[in-house]
Amino acid sequence: MSKTAPRRDKENRSLPKAATGIQGLDEITEGGFPRGRPTLICGSAGAGKTLLAMEFLVRGATEYNEPGVFMAFEETAPELTQNVRSLGFDLDELAKEKKLLIDYVRIERSEIDETGDYDLEGLFIRLSSAIDAIGAKRVVLDTIENLFAGLQNQGILRAELRRLFRWLKDQGVSAVITAERGEGALTRHGLEEYVSDCVILLDHRVTDQVSTRRLRIVKYRGTAHGTNEYPFLIDEDGFSVLPVTSLGLQHEVSEERISSGIPRLDTMLGGEGFYRGTTILVSGTAGTGKTSMAAHFVDAACRRGERCLYFSFEESAGQMVRNMRSIGLNLDQWTRKNLLQFHSSRATFYGLEMHLAIIHKIVQEFEPRVVVIDPVGSLIQAGNRRDAHTMLIRLIDFLKQREVTALLTNLTSAGDALEKTDVEISSIVDSWLFVRDIELNGERNRALYVLKSRGMAHSNQLREFLLTSRGVDLLDVYVGPEGVLTGSSRLSQEARENAARVARQQDAERKDRERIRKRELLEARIAALRKEFETEEEDAETSSAQGSSREKLIAENREAMARSRHADRVKDATVPRGRRTQ
Amino acid sequence: MKKSPSAQPQPQSLQEIAEKNEPGPNDVWELRLYVAGQTPRSIAAFANLKKICEEHLAGRYNIEVVDLVKHPQLAAGDQILAIPTLVRKLPQPLRKIVGDLRDTERALVGLQLRQAAPEK
Repeated sequence: MSKTAPRRDKENRSLPKAATGIQGLDEITEGGFPRGRPTLICGSAGAGKTLLAMEFLVRGATEYNEPGVFMAFEETAPELTQNVRSLGFDLDELAKEKKLLIDYVRIERSEIDETGDYDLEGLFIRLSSAIDAIGAKRVVLDTIENLFAGLQNQGILRAELRRLFRWLKDQGVSAVITAERGEGALTRHGLEEYVSDCVILLDHRVTDQVSTRRLRIVKYRGTAHGTNEYPFLIDEDGFSVLPVTSLGLQHEVSEERISSGIPRLDTMLGGEGFYRGTTILVSGTAGTGKTSMAAHFVDAACRRGERCLYFSFEESAGQMVRNMRSIGLNLDQWTRKNLLQFHSSRATFYGLEMHLAIIHKIVQEFEPRVVVIDPVGSLIQAGNRRDAHTMLIRLIDFLKQREVTALLTNLTSAGDALEKTDVEISSIVDSWLFVRDIELNGERNRALYVLKSRGMAHSNQLREFLLTSRGVDLLDVYVGPEGVLTGSSRLSQEARENAARVARQQDAERKDRERIRKRELLEARIAALRKEFETEEEDAETSSAQGSSREKLIAENREAMARSRHADRVKDATVPRGRRTQ
Repeated sequence: MKKSPSAQPQPQSLQEIAEKNEPGPNDVWELRLYVAGQTPRSIAAFANLKKICEEHLAGRYNIEVVDLVKHPQLAAGDQILAIPTLVRKLPQPLRKIVGDLRDTERALVGLQLRQAAPEK
């Protein structure tokens, strides 16, 4: 891409363009149709050739101040005026302002005979005077092939057409020539042979009763144009082409993290939630709470003051608001503040292109930061599987380019493999949350896990997903020898565990008490023994005291006796005294 | 722009329709030849027309030559694309013959002055 950019600049300088003013078309043609040269628009009946040509003129007249001449070979001016009024184009007004001139050319084969040589000078003169009358810069010939029906001499006709296109170039007008698609050729009469600068093919296919319109640039001399088929639609604002395949993978990435609106889910996502500008897929079986998760996400975004778009293919806005109120989300307040817009439609109502074009358009108008598509699988009903897939990639790229965080929900049908998305978008989403039912013991419970989330350390744990009146709540599931348990199984398991714990506790308490009793017993016995010993000790002390007092008494008696016998005083008569002298 | 034949009183029978559409011997022919400048082809066309008229419509025809180079706005009126174009304004219905009228037989058939030769 970076390599082609300078080259494109150079081409833009060398090849001037006449902007079509048609949404998307100027992007894929890199500026519009070649200025001053003819452009061929071919397609089968009802493909939108006349409308495209008319819008080229009307936009030129109103937006680029380039008056235009519409030379109609099929429809009269009043018919054309009426036909495009539904697109908001007022041709009468433009004609009054001399910005548009419709010249109806009627060719009635039945009243024309040919004899001898002729040329188409009359057509040239008419065109020339029309161009001069309003100073036209743009010319449409719709569809000049009708000349082939009106005139017999093909040799003259072809020579004159060649001259006409040459002449248009010389006039310097940006011309658009429409032509009917031919069998095995771009146009029925080989007009592409004469108009070689820019050829655009419009296609209108009906597959499975759903029609899709597509546009392809077959060739565009001197411009590196997009070569894909681009879906387009015709609505009340005219023509718009979806140029989304021209997007690549060059979008800016954001480091910013945004909350999922469910605190516990944020912690599962590395603690901070999703990255801004990524694409999140919530898939799961029916009734698992995908929409509720989306509503939480939207609610959180609105709380941050960000604009959100909610495309619902299953529920109406009113129904959504009511249903989400039951889980405690007041989405009504955000719609009133114009932070949240609901767009509900049945998926089968339009073709796939129409849906995507509508999404495209609304996103461009509303400029949301968050877009929810609920459910994305519905879009398959509007198109076929392969189309839906490519369209979705385009849409995701488009949203990423605008740094819009997208949350897609997807219903996994019961018969399918669980980790499978209808449109195989799993590889293009950045985060994938899976909500599933766990059926056990006669009840269904919801479980959520993060299948993948690029660029963050996300939890590998299964969480029980509860829808409460206060919103979505995530709980740890019971993981143990009994397996993964949720809901009342989890509750009963927890009760069983509680009972066991109480029993264990009681047992421990009983043992404690016994030990205390034993200690008390032991201490009592110790006390008794001590008492006994103390008694013994007392006795011993008493007896020794008695002994010494008796000895003292004996000694006193002996002294008294000696005194009475007047014995001489003998020192150290007693043993202790004698011991003391030694 | 041109009043269609239905604006006139409706003829009663197929016979009458046939008679009405066949130019009668006494009708005055109003012919208009569109050209673009004095090209050799225009001059040839005028000469050829003059010759045919003198031979078949002597005394009861008018030829008006319109040069679109001088009056381009007149091209739209008779829905002229090819040059030269001869328009038979009268008798009704309107007929157009494009080309330089070189092939007299075809010109006569175109002007309904002669029935087309049966196909072989």
